Amino acid sequence: MKYLVLLLIFLNLSCKSDKKAPVILEVHDFAGVAPYLELEGSKTYVVNFWATWCAPCVKELPHFETLQANYKDSVEVILVSLDFPHQYETKLKPFIKKYQLKSKVVVLDDPDMNSWIPKVNPQWDGAIPVTLIYNKSKRMFYSRTFTYQELETELKTF
Amino acid sequence: MKTIFSLFLLFSTVAFSPIIDDKGYAIGDVATDFKLENIDGNFVSLSDFKQAKGFIVVFTCNTCPYAVAYEDRIEALNKEYAPKGYPVIAIMPNNVQSKPGDSMTAMQKRAKEKGFTFPYLIDADQSIYPQYGATKTPHVYILESTDKGPVVQYIGAIDDNYKDAALVKTKYVQNAVDALLEGVTFETHKTKAIGCSIKI
Repeated sequence: MKYLVLLLIFLNLSCKSDKKAPVILEVHDFAGVAPYLELEGSKTYVVNFWATWCAPCVKELPHFETLQANYKDSVEVILVSLDFPHQYETKLKPFIKKYQLKSKVVVLDDPDMNSWIPKVNPQWDGAIPVTLIYNKSKRMFYSRTFTYQELETELKTF
Repeated sequence: MKTIFSLFLLFSTVAFSPIIDDKGYAIGDVATDFKLENIDGNFVSLSDFKQAKGFIVVFTCNTCPYAVAYEDRIEALNKEYAPKGYPVIAIMPNNVQSKPGDSMTAMQKRAKEKGFTFPYLIDADQSIYPQYGATKTPHVYILESTDKGPVVQYIGAIDDNYKDAALVKTKYVQNAVDALLEGVTFETHKTKAIGCSIKI
């Protein structure tokens, strides 16, 4: 009986952390996102700018998830969503839930784009996806899409 | 598998090329003219507009949420500046195979729904947008008519708030065209904005 209760509690808990848990979004203006571009820990940080409306972004997103899973201890993937505020409930949250995203998702809501795009990288013209990979000794910006192989190859140069 | 891989290679080569920053026009370059099909079936060139002092060329489409957010503002620009000599010329650059929602039929339908008064052209063989260096929708090029041809005077966004026209602080395109009409210099010739990458 005791075990049954424990089992029930366990099942209940695992459900909570799984599908039934509400998705809580962390939404920032650029000032709030900027610290994620300058983290000073010992890991290599992989920051991907994406949106659910961007087809090439959605296509490569699983590779970032796989990278995070395969390099749990040395890499931190941060997915910066540029979804529209009126689609947080209808598109973004359901997407995060459906694909059970494990990487950290940060939402950037700052309409004055000309003020912050050059701060991410002067070469960025505003098309997405783009990816920033950095650690204490190296920093690279990529205006391109990745396969998993390409992403891993790039990571290994850090 | 091989096919998928080579398809991917092909896709990645073409997908990356237009994003490179040093392609396309810089401020001061003479822009190419074109002959592209309009939603009314006629072909339109810049040279058709004999009296134009310049042009507001907007690479835009039906399917990108940012482009949609700016539809009414693009129409307002044409209403204000076409009579002053700076008509809007909209060009849809996407590959309609990958974006059927941007087909000529879909463009005609959208233009009718929204009551567009400007030419809405299709870059059907995708040969014009790479020459301009457009990478996303919406992407604006302001051209000034000169003896040398249409000179690029501004590249970038329409204004600084895609979300809400009422909250706009700086109207980049209007400021530039107003300055060009007055014949005075202006500061902001280039701006950046998030947009949907042009579909190849």
